[in-house]
Amino acid sequence: MCAVRGLAKTYPAVRGRRGAPGSPEVRATDDVRLDIRRGEIFGLLGPNGAGKSTLVRQLTGLMRPDRGSIEILGHDIVRHPERAARILAYLGQESTALDELTVSLAAETTGRLRGLEVRRAREERDDVLAELGLTSIASRPLNKLSGGQRRLACFAAALMGDRPLLVLDEPTTAMDPVARRAVWAAVNRRRAERGSTVVLVTHNVIEAETVLDRVAVLDRGRVIACDTPAGLKERVAGEVRVELVWREQAPLEVPEVAALRARAVESGRRWSLRMAPEEARAAVATVTGGAAFAALDDFTLATPSLEDVYLALGGSTQGLVKA
Amino acid sequence: MERKGRRVRAGRGGSNEEEQRDVSVVPAEVLPGVRVADDDAEETAVLGPRPRLWPSLAAVYRAQLSRARVARIPLLFVATFQSIGIMVMLRGVVSGGDDARSVVAGSSVLVVAYVGLNLLAQYFGQLRANGGLDHYATLPVPASAVVLGAAGAYASFTVPGTVVTAVFGCVLFGLPFAHLWVLLAVIPLAGAALSGLGAALGLLAPRPELATLLGQLGMSAALLLGVLPAHRMPEVVQLVRDALPSTYGVEAFARTFGGDPDWALVLGDLGVCAAVGVASLALATWAYRRAAVR
Repeated sequence: MCAVRGLAKTYPAVRGRRGAPGSPEVRATDDVRLDIRRGEIFGLLGPNGAGKSTLVRQLTGLMRPDRGSIEILGHDIVRHPERAARILAYLGQESTALDELTVSLAAETTGRLRGLEVRRAREERDDVLAELGLTSIASRPLNKLSGGQRRLACFAAALMGDRPLLVLDEPTTAMDPVARRAVWAAVNRRRAERGSTVVLVTHNVIEAETVLDRVAVLDRGRVIACDTPAGLKERVAGEVRVELVWREQAPLEVPEVAALRARAVESGRRWSLRMAPEEARAAVATVTGGAAFAALDDFTLATPSLEDVYLALGGSTQGLVKA
Repeated sequence: MERKGRRVRAGRGGSNEEEQRDVSVVPAEVLPGVRVADDDAEETAVLGPRPRLWPSLAAVYRAQLSRARVARIPLLFVATFQSIGIMVMLRGVVSGGDDARSVVAGSSVLVVAYVGLNLLAQYFGQLRANGGLDHYATLPVPASAVVLGAAGAYASFTVPGTVVTAVFGCVLFGLPFAHLWVLLAVIPLAGAALSGLGAALGLLAPRPELATLLGQLGMSAALLLGVLPAHRMPEVVQLVRDALPSTYGVEAFARTFGGDPDWALVLGDLGVCAAVGVASLALATWAYRRAAVR
């Protein structure tokens, strides 16, 4: 339903001014190729700055790529960016345009601007607000709501007008579990009843593993892998992850612990190691006995997550979130 | 509907689907009506409705008016009190006649300048800077509907303040109420000119602070050059005054306080407002398109 070929966008270098450092040329998307099928929940996963938002801005017609083609449901979006607005609904990260409207008016106005008649827009507004559990706060302005509620209200606006493609840029940011469930239930319902397709931008690996059918992993503007979450995890199936949390500092006087340090990714008191299962068993045996155990606060042994996949694929930064 | 004829060919993507069953909350295949289709079966989608000017304009106008009501009422009070304050101050200096007319007319139009020019420039400047324009740009809305809707809402929002100021001014300076109805033409036309200018400034300014600055400067110009009687100003300043669109709204309004207004001149002044309004709204629409797609 959506085919992307050879998509590229380079932000020009910015020269520093009056003491402010300049920034070099950045390739925000670099020869991106994607095929998104109808009815699937397709994820774009990567840390901040990986090029996810740039790619989404190109898909939604907000930004012209330097090169490449985007075809959505048979329409050339590079040549006719204005058609994107008639095919898809976009939930961006900003809600400023809706901030001072009430939840109800935000949804209704968005529906009307997607071409619904007044009466139809109101019916649909009432349905969507009820579906997402927003009816009780329908008359409150968005900027008086908590971050998660505001996000949910923007999501309600995105659902108006029944678009075959929903492009959601980190829709569940700041949401509590109840709101998240409402979002995924609404998405699945539209997929079941209308065959809607969803492109989801996320840097949350847990969310990616649980809701996505397929995921493209982005790093520095390039798609470094694209598969189902299970398919991606098979690539690192031979490894497990050991997480160690030390009470104060690692007991480096224990030679085995000192040896582990070379392979660990350290963040504060936390060490994260990817290793073969038998090595992991040995490591766990080491840290759960003797002097090392006294210094240990917590440890976990886990099968690999998409984050491990990302790191194993050569992903450069640690910007992924597990929550 | 184009979807009705679609079928997923059995046997394609079999191995894939088993994996998907593991990962999705609700696997696509077990749900009725879901088709995970392959691309070569793709057809051209029926596009959503074409953008239409009037319904979009009405929706934007209504939303903007509601925003303004919620968030800008205190500012409308500020605008009105500012104008009333200026008139009270000048009451000691100006006793009546031509000067009183221009003070009242200038103070009334100042409310329009404060809201239309200053606040709208700030609004569009901020909307542009923090990505709020994306919301409108990803909806099938004509650019002119966004600009006209916002400008119209801000201009309508000035009506109570302008009327209160004008009535108060008439009482204060003992001017006739007979032709106050001309505000019905002055507010929309001066409103179009000033809010079009405000929208254009907000959308063209490279940074939001600059948009705010330009809006404030425009309003200060409308204050200083509109309220103070023109014939006391040096010639250079009078030229600047003639270049300011709010001047023509002020002049048109001021003329109608006379016993026998020259309606041709009033129409002429209002015509200038209308022309500036059309031009500045067209500029703002162009600026919006430019700002929305980068």
